[in-house]
Amino acid sequence: MTILGAIQPMLTSGLDGDNAWRLEHYLKRGGYSALKKVLAEKISPDEIIGEVKKSGLRGRGGAGFPTGLKWSFMPRDYQGNKYVVCNSDEGEPGTFKDRDILRYNPHSVIEGMAIAGYAMGASCGYNYIHGEIWEIYKRFEEALDEARSAGLLGANILGSGFDFDLFAHHGYGAYICGEETALLESIEGKKGQPRYKPPFPANFGLYGKPTTINNTETFASIPWIVNLGGDAFLNAGKPNNGGTKIFSISGHVNKPGNYEIPLGTPFSTLLEMAGGMRGGRRLKACIPGGSSSPVVPGDVMMQCTMDYDSIAKAGSMLGSGAVIIIDETVCMVKALERLSYFYYEESCGQCTPCREGTSWLYKIVHRIENGNGREDDLELLESITGNIMGRTICALGDAAALPVQSFVKHFRDEFIYHIEQKKCLVPVDIQRAGSGFFSALS
Amino acid sequence: MLTTESLQRIDREIEKYPADQKQSAVMAALAIAQEERGWLSNETIEFVANYLGMAPIAAYEVASFYSMYDLNPVGKYKLTVCTNLPCMLSGGVDAAEYLKAKLGIGFNETTVDGKFTLKEGECMGACGDAPVMLVSNRRMCSCMGPEQIDRLLAELE
Amino acid sequence: MLEIEIDGKQTQVPAGSTIMDAAQLVGAYIPHFCYHKKLSISANCRMCLVQVEKAPKPLPACATPVTNGMKVFTHSELAVNAQKGVMEFLLINHPLDCPICDQGGECQLQDLAVGYGGSEARYREDKRVVFQKNVGPLISMQEMSRCIHCTRCVRFGQEIAGVMELGMANRNMHSEIQTFVGRTVDSELSGNMIDLCPVGALTSKPFRYKARSWELSRRKSVSPHDSLGTNLYVQVKNNRVMRVLPRENEDVNECWISDRDRFSYEALNCSDRLLKPMVRVDGSLREVDWSVALDYVAHGLKDVARTHGGNAIASLASPSSTLEELYLLQKLTRGLGSGCVDFRPRRRDFATDAKMVGAPWLGLRLSEIKELDAAVVVGSVLRKDHPLFAQRLRQLARKSGKVSLISVTGDDPLINLNARITVAPSQLPFALAAVVKAVAALKGIETLDELENVQPDAASVSIAESLLADGKKAVFLGNLAEQHPSASTIHVLANELGRLSGAVVGFIGEGANCVGGHLAGALPSSGNAYDMFVEPRKAYILLGVEPELDCHNPGMASAALKQASLVVMLTPFKSQAMLDTADVLLPVAAFTETSGTFVSAEGRIQSVAGVCQTPGDARPAWKVLRVLGNLLDFGGFDQESSEAVRNEIVGNPGEFAGGLDNSVAGVSVRLEAAQMDLQRISDVPIYFADSLVRRANSLQETRDSVSPTARVSAGTLKSLGIADSSLTRVVQSSGETVLSIAVDNAVPFGCVQISAAHASTSMLGDMFGAIKMESA
Ligand SMILES: Cc1cc2nc3c(=O)[nH]c(=O)nc-3n(C[C@H](O)[C@H](O)[C@H](O)COP(=O)(O)O)c2cc1C
Ligand code: SF4
Ligand code: FES
Repeated sequence: MTILGAIQPMLTSGLDGDNAWRLEHYLKRGGYSALKKVLAEKISPDEIIGEVKKSGLRGRGGAGFPTGLKWSFMPRDYQGNKYVVCNSDEGEPGTFKDRDILRYNPHSVIEGMAIAGYAMGASCGYNYIHGEIWEIYKRFEEALDEARSAGLLGANILGSGFDFDLFAHHGYGAYICGEETALLESIEGKKGQPRYKPPFPANFGLYGKPTTINNTETFASIPWIVNLGGDAFLNAGKPNNGGTKIFSISGHVNKPGNYEIPLGTPFSTLLEMAGGMRGGRRLKACIPGGSSSPVVPGDVMMQCTMDYDSIAKAGSMLGSGAVIIIDETVCMVKALERLSYFYYEESCGQCTPCREGTSWLYKIVHRIENGNGREDDLELLESITGNIMGRTICALGDAAALPVQSFVKHFRDEFIYHIEQKKCLVPVDIQRAGSGFFSALS
Repeated sequence: MLTTESLQRIDREIEKYPADQKQSAVMAALAIAQEERGWLSNETIEFVANYLGMAPIAAYEVASFYSMYDLNPVGKYKLTVCTNLPCMLSGGVDAAEYLKAKLGIGFNETTVDGKFTLKEGECMGACGDAPVMLVSNRRMCSCMGPEQIDRLLAELE
Repeated sequence: MLEIEIDGKQTQVPAGSTIMDAAQLVGAYIPHFCYHKKLSISANCRMCLVQVEKAPKPLPACATPVTNGMKVFTHSELAVNAQKGVMEFLLINHPLDCPICDQGGECQLQDLAVGYGGSEARYREDKRVVFQKNVGPLISMQEMSRCIHCTRCVRFGQEIAGVMELGMANRNMHSEIQTFVGRTVDSELSGNMIDLCPVGALTSKPFRYKARSWELSRRKSVSPHDSLGTNLYVQVKNNRVMRVLPRENEDVNECWISDRDRFSYEALNCSDRLLKPMVRVDGSLREVDWSVALDYVAHGLKDVARTHGGNAIASLASPSSTLEELYLLQKLTRGLGSGCVDFRPRRRDFATDAKMVGAPWLGLRLSEIKELDAAVVVGSVLRKDHPLFAQRLRQLARKSGKVSLISVTGDDPLINLNARITVAPSQLPFALAAVVKAVAALKGIETLDELENVQPDAASVSIAESLLADGKKAVFLGNLAEQHPSASTIHVLANELGRLSGAVVGFIGEGANCVGGHLAGALPSSGNAYDMFVEPRKAYILLGVEPELDCHNPGMASAALKQASLVVMLTPFKSQAMLDTADVLLPVAAFTETSGTFVSAEGRIQSVAGVCQTPGDARPAWKVLRVLGNLLDFGGFDQESSEAVRNEIVGNPGEFAGGLDNSVAGVSVRLEAAQMDLQRISDVPIYFADSLVRRANSLQETRDSVSPTARVSAGTLKSLGIADSSLTRVVQSSGETVLSIAVDNAVPFGCVQISAAHASTSMLGDMFGAIKMESA
C-alpha cells in the first residue's frame, strides 16, 4: 500500500517487504508494546477509554461515531461473557483499506482488539472478514496462530491474568453483513438481517451478550493511541477529527490505491498523491465516502479537505474514506444505475421500504438509462427515496436513497436528456474509452 | 456424506464458538462442503444442518442468502467479475464483456465443456486493483486487463 | 411505571412496554402487519411508524420502548405520510386479485389499503411473481405472490410450534417463504399460520374456494377433542360447517387452536354419516322409524334386565360426549339396575375408583402454567395428545421454567427439557418412584415403605432438584399414565411426590369431558370399562365409542360385543364394524350439532349451543336418552333442554366446577415389574384419537396419519434376531398381524411401539404388556 503524507503514518508505517505482516516483523516495528504496557502497568480500563475519548478517534467503518464514547456504553459489572467484534466485512463499493490492513498489518488489529477486550472486560472477540478475500482470511488466521503461540492471545496473556481469545469468521458474500447487527446475526449462523435497535449491541449483542463492534481501521489505531497518547493522535488530525486515516482511491486516477493522510488534508493533495486524473481528464464528480455517500460535483470537491466536517459541509459524508473519482467520460445515469442495482441486489429483504423501494428505484433508473424514462420519473424517484429514508431497520435504506437523490440533484440535466432524447449525453465511444480496458488491447 | 477431512475442518470451525452455539459454524461448514462437492445440493445442505443440529430450512436460509454459495452446479472454475461502479470505471464491465465473448457464455452460464461458469459479482473490497475477479471463491485476481485474462484462462486447466 | 401521552391521551405503562403496548391500553389503533402480541418483535413491515416528539424520523411503534414523558402522535402528518409510504410499497408487488382471494373480507392489507393506499398506482413496472408451493393437505401456498414478508409464519414455527418448518429463503425482493425443498408442514399447530398470515398467502386448503368470508355465520363452540376446552368459532353456510377458527380466550387456548380442532369438521360432511335409525331384523340391519327403534331398544333392555339382572347391561361412552349425555346415560343405566357404566374406554387400572376424594383434574388453572417454575410430565405423548397444553409448557421452558418428562415414547415434545427419562412401560412406576425417592433423600425425610429398594439415578435427581427449587411446581399425569396398567400406583406416587416437594399434582386428562364425566357420575359401581368386556354382558349401550378403536383391548371388546344379544349404538357415524355388530344403530348429533357442556381438565364449565342442524333423522343424543328414559318409565327424564340437564348436575354453574380433588385414600403402591422379553407401547395417534377426527379427510392425508408400524430400536431388533427384516409378525394376547418395521432408537430397549386406535392393530390386545415379534 502506498504511504505518503505530511506526518509519520500510524497504521501503515514500516510495511516493507513480503513479511511485514508476520509477528516477528511487527514486534521489530514495536508491535504489541501497547498491549504489554497496558498489562504490565495495569492501566485501568477507564484510563484507556479516557485516552481513546481524548484522541477524537471516530469510527472508521462509515458512521464516524466517537469510539471512546461507544466503549463507555459497555455495561461495567455485567456477569457473564461480553464480546468485542471487528468489522472487516468491507463491502462498501470503493473501500479496500481494511483488506490492506489485514494483509500487511494484521497484528495491529489483533493488538487493538486485545486492548479493547481488556478495556471493556471482554474475553472473547471475533473478526468478521469479507467473503471474497479468502487469502486475507487465511493470513489473518495464521497471524492469530502466531499471536496465540507467542502468548499474546488466549488464557493469561503474558502472565497478566488477562484472558482474551480471538477468532476469525469468514463472510460469504453479503454487503449487508457490514451493518453491525447483521454481522452479529451472521456470526450466530443466520441470514445477515439487521436487528432493530434498541436494544443496542452494548446491551444485547452477540448471543444476546454485551458487544462492541468496531471497524478494522478503528482497532488498528488503538495501539498507536495507547503508545503515544490520545492528545498526540488528536493533534495528528484536526479538532473533532483526530488522527490519520486511510483513504481508498478508485476510479479515474493514475494510481488508485490506499493513502494514509492526516484528517484535514486538502482533497487536491490526495488527488495528487494518487497520481492525478487519468489521461489528464476533468474531474466530473467524486463520491467521497463510499458508494453510500452522496456524490459531489468535481469543482465543489476540489475545495474540500478530507475530514468529517468539511465533507459534511459539501453535502456528503466521509463515510469509510472510499474516494471514487469520476471523470467526464462517465454517463451519470449509467453510474447511478449500477449503484442502484447494487443496493437492490444487496437489500436483505426484511423491511418493506428497502426491499420494495430499492427494486423500484433500480427499475426506474434502469428504464431511464435504456431510453424508457418518463416525464415524471425524476419526481417519482425523489418521492420514493423520501419514503425509504429514515423508515428502514438499518441504514442500507438511506444508503440506497442518498446516491439517487444526489445524482439527480447534481446531474439533473443528464437525466432529463436521457428521458427526453432516449439516449446518453456522453457519446458511447467516449464512455468506452474511459476505463482504459480496451486501449490495452490495441 | 462429507470426507473425514472436511468434517475435521468443520469441527475446527465449531470450536471457535461457545459450546451451545454450533450453528455459528454453519457458514464455514457450508463453504467447506461446497469446496468439497463443487456446489450445495439439498442433500448437502441437509447434511450440514443435521451435523450442526439446526433445522434444514434454517441452513437453507443461510445458503440462499449469501451470494458465494452455489445452489446449482457450476463449472470446474467459477469466475466472478466485479462490475460495481468503482470497478466499472476501471474496466470491470469491459472485462466481463471480454470474458463473455471469449468463453461464449453470459453471466450465470457454464461453458459446454463444463470448465467455466461466469458470475457477476458485487464489490470485493479491492476496487483499487480493478478489474478484479475471483476464481472459485478462493483466489482473487487483480488488475485483469485483456492480457492478464488470457493468461489466467490459459493457466486454469 | 412510565408516563406516556398518545394522541393527547395520557396513560402509565410498566417499564419495558413498547409504544404499541401503550397504544393498546389507551385504545389508539396503530396499523401493523408483522407485529403480533404472541410473537417476538421483528419490526420489518414498518406499517406501525408513528411520530414521537423530538425524534427526527418516524419510529416503529411495535419496537420502540416507551420512555418516561414520551409524546406520541399516531395520526400526525408525519406519521400518516410514513404509513402511506409503507402501504404503497406493500402494494406495488401485491397482486390485485382481491375478488378471487380467499382472504377477501378478512384481509388486514385490504382493510388498511382502503385507508392508506394511494388512489392511483405510481408503480408501472412488472409485478413480482412467486411460485406456488405444496406443503401438504392443510395449508395452501398457492398464491405466494401475495406474501408481504412479515415473517409471522416463520416466527410462529420457531417460537410457538417449536419447530422451524417455514423459512424466508433468498434475500432482497426475491425473499420467499418456503419449506426446505418441497417438504410438507407437519406441525400439529400448523393451521394457526393461516390465521396469522395477514394477507391471503397462506390459506386453508380444505376451505379454499368453498365460501366467501361474509357468507359465513360465526357461532361459538368448544373443541370436543381434548381436555383443554379450546374455544372455537364455527363458521356455517347453508347449515353446513365450512370452517373452524380459534375464539380467543387468553385463559384457555390463548389465540391458538390445534389442527385437530381446526380441520376435524370435515368429518361432519363425510359419507359415513348415519342418517336413519336401524334395527337388525333377521340378521340384517334395516332402516326404521325412530319410534320403532326406540321401542325396540326399551323392550330389549328391559328384557335383558329382567332375565339376567341389571348388571348384564353395560354402558360405555366416549369421553368427548357432552356432560348431559354422560349424565343421562348413567342415569338410564342405573335405572335399568346396572352399575356398569363408564366413559374411560382406554383405561386399564381402576383401583383408585371410589377411593378418590373428588373428581380428578388438572390441579391448577391453565393460566397458572406460565407462573410455574418447574413442571414434570409423566406418561404423555404431549404434542399429539395435548397440542396446546404442550405449547404452554414450551413457552414456560422458553421463559426459564424447568420442564421435565418421564415417559415411554421417544418422541420429541419440541420443548427445551430440563431432564428426560424414557423407560419401558413396566418401568414407568419405578422411574417415578426414583424421583420420589430422590426428593425424599434431598430433603432428608421419609417416604413410602414400598420404595425402600428404589435407587435414584442422575436424571431422577435432576428432576427432583427442579421440584425442590423455590416457587410454584407441578407434576402432570398424561394420558399414558392414566391408560397404564399401573395407573393407580402412578397416581399415588405422583401424590407422594407432590406431598414431599410441594408440587401441585394434576391430570392433563383424556377427552373433552375428562372432568365432566366424573361430575356426571358416569362411573361404574360394578363393571368398569375394561371389566365389562372381560366378563361379557348380554347387552351393551355404546355412546359415541367405536370399541374396536377406542378400547384398551379392542379385540376383547369386539369379541364381547359379538356374543351379546343386544348391542345399541348411539353414533353420528356408521362403520363396517358397527354394521357387523350392532343390533340397533341410533343416529345422533355430532360435534356442532347439539347443545351441551364440557367440563375441561381445569374444571372450566363451558356450555355450547348447537350451531347447525343434524343431518337426516339424526337427533341430539341427550334427547334420545331422555326419550328412552321416558319409554322405560324412569322418573327424572323430563328435562326440556340440555341446560336443564346441566343444571341438575352442576347446579347453576359458575365458571369452574367444584369438588375437584386428586387425593386418594387407601390405595397402595405396588412396585413389581412383570418379566417380559418384549413389551408393547401404545400411543394414540392424534388423527385417529376419536370418531370425528378419524373421518376428517385432510387430516387423514397428513404425515401423522400414516399407518402404524412396529417402531423399535436397532438394539432390540438385533436381540430379537430379526435385524434384517423389513416386515414383522406381531403376536399379542388377542391376535396377530404383520406390520412394517420402523427403526427408531429412541424407543426404549425391549419395547416395540405399535399405535392403538387403528384398524390395522385393533386385533392385538392390551395397549401395554407382553408381545412377540418375529420376522414375517
Ligand atoms: C449497509 C451498511 C454497511 C456497512 N458496512 C460496513 C463495513 O463494511 N465495514 C464497517 O466497518 N462498517 C460498516 N458499516 C457500519 C457498521 O454498521 C458500524 O457502524 C461500524 O462497523 C462500527 O465501527 P466503527 O465505529 O469503528 O466505524 C455498515 C453500515 C451499514 C448500514
Ligand atoms: S434497510 Fe434493507 S438491508 Fe436494512 S434491514 Fe431493511 S431490508 Fe434489510
Ligand atoms: S408492526 Fe411494527 S414494523 Fe411491522
